[in-house]
Amino acid sequence: MSLVYTGVLSHAPGITGRAHMVENTDKRDEFYAALEAQRQDIMNAGAEAIIVIAAEHFANFFMNNMPAYCIGVSENYEGPIEDPEWLAIEKTEIPGAPDLGKRITRHVMDSVDVAYSEEWKFDHGIMVPLNFLTPNYDLPVIPVNINCQGPPLTPLHRSWAFGEALRRACDAMPEKIALVGTGGISHWPATPDSGKINEAWDREFLGRLMRNDKESLLSYNDEDTYRDAGQGGFEIRTFITAAAAAGGEGDLKFYTAELPIFAVGCTVASFSLS
Amino acid sequence: MSLYSLQKFLYELNRDDSIQRQYKEDIESLLSNYTLTDEESNALRTGDIGLLYVLGVNGQILMHFAAFLGVEWFDYLDKMRDGIKDHGAVRDGVYAMTGGGKSFTTEEEDR
Repeated sequence: MSLVYTGVLSHAPGITGRAHMVENTDKRDEFYAALEAQRQDIMNAGAEAIIVIAAEHFANFFMNNMPAYCIGVSENYEGPIEDPEWLAIEKTEIPGAPDLGKRITRHVMDSVDVAYSEEWKFDHGIMVPLNFLTPNYDLPVIPVNINCQGPPLTPLHRSWAFGEALRRACDAMPEKIALVGTGGISHWPATPDSGKINEAWDREFLGRLMRNDKESLLSYNDEDTYRDAGQGGFEIRTFITAAAAAGGEGDLKFYTAELPIFAVGCTVASFSLS
Repeated sequence: MSLYSLQKFLYELNRDDSIQRQYKEDIESLLSNYTLTDEESNALRTGDIGLLYVLGVNGQILMHFAAFLGVEWFDYLDKMRDGIKDHGAVRDGVYAMTGGGKSFTTEEEDR
């Protein structure tokens, strides 16, 4: 088995960019400690590359040619596209894993018509996770995108199928691979409602996710999610894909709705692999 | 179609350093590459975050544009609220305001 770690984490830009504004610094630092523990878990698993399943925000893909799914197969990447001072992450070059990425892509294509790209600029959706999980940018990255921004969006059951395809592909590779899904749960980012969080909705979703209950996870629909969890809730696709890849139950390491300045319920979790 | 062009202008601006330089040095030639209404062009020239928000620009695209312009975080939220006061509800897309303009963070209330 070459998938050695699977987890999820939040990626909101405020996590780094608005760290200095936080009043509840104890909770912020508890969150950062959970992210550091996730980094340690990935390193301890012996990961040689990390797949980051992200929900990018128009850094690479636009409505002129929007793939439902895309895998990065580039030698290297650059990011962030955002103003570095705003995100509090310097512009840098990130190593890719082109050969592994292409082999994974070919394997995924057996069941999912995935796009691929040799050009990719990272926005906060990937840079914030990398800032915590590989802060020296010394772990090769395979970016994976699920369109969660420009409707029509891929159905949840296809996100599940994509996760299963990624798992089969990883298991066919000799390299040790970590996989994380990164997104938000309920949130209304980039609106005047920034900071609004539906904690009850989040906890219900996380309960289903930690049980890895496929049927209940796939029972959400975008109309209800938009009403109860905002447009940011469309990003649950990344978490569901990670759960499908893992196959086992989750372990919620951290969740809080007490850092609304980060504009999301901050989450860190891992899954057992089965 | 016009909102599509407006968003594409900002999408390409947000991700390309050379286009960002052109925005600052010769915005008129940059604008000429896109099919935009006068209202949209003016909003881009003046960095009118509030109007762009109401016109339906995707919030993530607009947030990155505001960061590029150097707009402070809470000022950016206020500009969107002011846009709604001045121009009415968001006309398109999925980034509508649902909270009546109130703040959801103590950090903003305490500033």
